[in-house]
Amino acid sequence: MEKQELLKVEGLKQYFPIKGGFLGRTVNHVKAVDDISFTIYEGETVSIVGESGCGKSTTGRAILRLEEPTEGKVEFRGVDLAGLSKRDMRKYRKDLQIIFQDPYASINPRQTVASVLTEAMDIQKVLPANERRGRAEELLETVGLLPYQADRFPHEFSGGQRQRIGIARALSVNPQLIICDEAVSALDVSIQAQVLNLLEELQDEFKLTYLFISHDLGVVRHISDRIIVMYLGKIVEIADKYSLFENPKHPYTKALLSAIPIPDPDKKKERIVLRGDVPSPIDPPSGCRFHTRCPYATEKCQVDVPELRTASSMKEGHEAACHYIEEIESGEKQPNY
Amino acid sequence: MSEETVNSPVTAKKINPRIESYKQFWRRLLKNKAAVIGGLLIVFVVLMAFIGPWIITTFTDYRPNQTDLTNKLQGPSASNWFGTDSFGRDIFTRLIFGAKLTLYVGFLSVFIGGIVGVVFGIISGYYGGRVDAVIMRLMDVLLAFPGILLALAIVAVLGGSLTNVIIAVGIFSVPAFARVVRGSTLSVRKLEYVDAVRALGASDFRIIFKHILPNIMSPIIVQASLRIATAILTGAGLSFLGLGAQPPAPEWGAMLNEGRQYMFEAGHVALFPGLMIVLVVLAFNIFGDGVRDALDPKMKNR
Repeated sequence: MEKQELLKVEGLKQYFPIKGGFLGRTVNHVKAVDDISFTIYEGETVSIVGESGCGKSTTGRAILRLEEPTEGKVEFRGVDLAGLSKRDMRKYRKDLQIIFQDPYASINPRQTVASVLTEAMDIQKVLPANERRGRAEELLETVGLLPYQADRFPHEFSGGQRQRIGIARALSVNPQLIICDEAVSALDVSIQAQVLNLLEELQDEFKLTYLFISHDLGVVRHISDRIIVMYLGKIVEIADKYSLFENPKHPYTKALLSAIPIPDPDKKKERIVLRGDVPSPIDPPSGCRFHTRCPYATEKCQVDVPELRTASSMKEGHEAACHYIEEIESGEKQPNY
Repeated sequence: MSEETVNSPVTAKKINPRIESYKQFWRRLLKNKAAVIGGLLIVFVVLMAFIGPWIITTFTDYRPNQTDLTNKLQGPSASNWFGTDSFGRDIFTRLIFGAKLTLYVGFLSVFIGGIVGVVFGIISGYYGGRVDAVIMRLMDVLLAFPGILLALAIVAVLGGSLTNVIIAVGIFSVPAFARVVRGSTLSVRKLEYVDAVRALGASDFRIIFKHILPNIMSPIIVQASLRIATAILTGAGLSFLGLGAQPPAPEWGAMLNEGRQYMFEAGHVALFPGLMIVLVVLAFNIFGDGVRDALDPKMKNR
């Protein structure tokens, strides 16, 4: 089956101005997302991973235009969302939904569950008004809650249940793409598993596509088809799940993966500990943004920005942004810690 | 236990957080003795303002503007409870008729100022950027004037009358509301549920009125109840200066001014209107403070 492009992000940039001085002029920018491009195909789950502040949530919010992107294209089925007027964008919002991290902040405490869901349907005019209530109850059942809970208020639910309400709200407008912004990070591990399984069931049932944003590699490994690794506003590696976990190419990805705990005390593992902190996104390092912390960095890395590329040892669709993929692989370059 | 029993609806009492928070608000307010006294005083003054004149006109011969020059500047007595003024008018009757004017100034001006201020504040906080900068600088300019001076200037421009006093006091209440509302809007706007409805495609209008305004009502109510006291005081002050209610209207501030000339011969002419102003302003202030404490989530379990 030919894979259909659903969302194509091209050259997306999100700079936040830093105002300063007496007149509130823009003195600098936080380059939260700096020129990233990727494609999501219909029916797949793509994850974005990276440490805090790498721009993964910002990417999700920029796609939905919750924050207006500074530059770049976000094509959804060939329509550039970033170029639409606010009014036209509203119609497309039906197709792209988001599930938030904090289940306690993502529902208006003054609305009952039923009114949260019917309002969503009202905004997008799905279903005639008299059928919305029934649909809301159906949705609750779909996400594993009970219809009689429809008249309850958010404070009467647990965190996991609220997250299910958030999912029901996203589903209420029949979206095609759902962005899960750290959707399970705030939940207990046991609840995480339940919600992840629910998301997978819903994906099969409604033919959904997910953009899954997370810092939890275990969760990402469980749910994704493809994974995007971000560092300081740039994509450092894109690959399908197996290639990424078995055959990581970028030094940053390797370091990231080595941080996953292995539940076996006897097994020795090589832990790559990076030096220093993440540099400030206000004034990111020149060349390769990772060069300040990379054990393989050379002078070239300080000057030239590496492009995403596929080396001969990599499967198709696996790309990494490093000058020395081959050299590191052959052992020609050794890390200097 | 069978599956059915587990899943059968539990018919527990529905707790609506709105009603529940009102109840909690009342419980906490009633615990505060000073606030209760203030509240009762306000109720008393409101009743006095609206039923008092009717009682007096129906059951007695006293009228607020009835002069009796043979009986002027008399001290309190059985026939004139609060004495008479320089025209021999009964001060008690005038005070009761004047209560309505005082309350009008207080409530109407806060209502006008509140609505304008809330609109400015929400627009400023929600849209931010240049709109915010322009509106808030404008508010800063208004705030830079001392309250009474600003009201004085406005009345001087519009001309002296009670309506203009209400407008003036309303205008000078605007920045206080705008600031409070802007701050609250900024904090609510950042919450994820606002993003959620935005992602659903809700219009700004819907977001502002359905999702932001209901969640910032507490500070608005507090501000309003405290502002009424200031508004009454400013209104009385303007009338005292002769810029508000014009004679022979029984406005308390104007009565105070009339009494000023006879301060030494007949102190009661100024004393009673002054006392009434103090009482009402104090009542609104104490009550407002009580409301603020009762609505403050940090004071919850006290």
